[in-house]
Amino acid sequence: MAFLRAFGSWLPPRRVTNAELAPRLGASPEWIFDATGIEERRYAGDEDSVAGIGVLAARDCLESAGATASELGMILVASGSSSRFCPGPASQVAAQLGLASTPALDIPVASCGSLIALALAAQTAPAVGRVLVVGTEIMSRLVEPTPEGKDTAILFGDGAGACLVDADKGFARIADWILSTDGTAAEILKVEDGRLKMDGRSVILHASRKLPRVIDEVLKRHNIDAAEVEAFLLHQANLNLIARVAASLKAPQERFFANIARYGNTSSASLLIAASEWHRTRPAPVSGPVVLAAFGAGLNWGAMLALPSSAQ
Amino acid sequence: MDPQARILKVLQSVAKKPVSPGADESLFASGLLDSFALTDFVGGLEQEFSVSIPDSDLSARKFDSINKVAAYIASRS
Repeated sequence: MAFLRAFGSWLPPRRVTNAELAPRLGASPEWIFDATGIEERRYAGDEDSVAGIGVLAARDCLESAGATASELGMILVASGSSSRFCPGPASQVAAQLGLASTPALDIPVASCGSLIALALAAQTAPAVGRVLVVGTEIMSRLVEPTPEGKDTAILFGDGAGACLVDADKGFARIADWILSTDGTAAEILKVEDGRLKMDGRSVILHASRKLPRVIDEVLKRHNIDAAEVEAFLLHQANLNLIARVAASLKAPQERFFANIARYGNTSSASLLIAASEWHRTRPAPVSGPVVLAAFGAGLNWGAMLALPSSAQ
Repeated sequence: MDPQARILKVLQSVAKKPVSPGADESLFASGLLDSFALTDFVGGLEQEFSVSIPDSDLSARKFDSINKVAAYIASRS
């Protein structure tokens, strides 16, 4: 078995409001908010690195768990914005945590990467004990803050999140997950030549269908109705998309945790940042099902079901 | 009712106003469909024409004008 034991996060202190961004994009702050539900996002400093901010989230997570890095059996680092492909940020994260032999693997997948890493961690934890999952992104370096780049510039921000998956204990048991990939639509969302390129309309078309469908599928496997779910923790892509997923599932929107208004879309970090903030508001063990879900480049998408630790 | 008129009916339902774009006019560039309205438009087309649009066809370019939609629907029939 595998359990969600703790989450952590780190956000850069620099806030970039719609009012600051809008003039550079030839747009209005109101238009940005209406299109995305985002009020502000965070930008990393010039001195920050994808691995460096990932380490800060990792330390926050370990502190929350009351654990130390030396207890980790593996580290998985999801990122679509690392400036260096090989070696990716995972080995740097491990090194900065003081580890010289613990396996640390990269999941170079934006947006859905942390969900993929959580699923791999759930499978691996019974063998290695504790797996630290990190999602870390500096997306601001991949967008172009100009009128030509406004469709992506309005959305993305920087940040990092982390989760400790433990084979023995936690506040919720990872019961099931579904991961999917469809490379036939890979061109609609990609990082190429150092820039994020997105056919936003096609991305929303796919996400609006695939996310509710995969969540419904994982719930049906366990005969759980969406209305019974205690919390939905989704990749924070767009507030309008989250509302649409809630409506499709006929689940109350207030069960869908959302912090995108404050951080924007932080790609693979967003799921873990959202989970971290959600868990801080209710640190007790969960009393009902919790769903984590994400969609993004690849296309990759999926959903994970976590249940109260005592439930079988 | 011909297919183009039925497509226009779906578009007007999604746009919630009596729009009448030219057959080759971009529904995106004209501002008639944003990302989320497009999703509703595609769902409305499925209902109106009793077709299931597979994920492999979820490309916005296929739905950018009345004529493009008509050609796509004809290919599904």
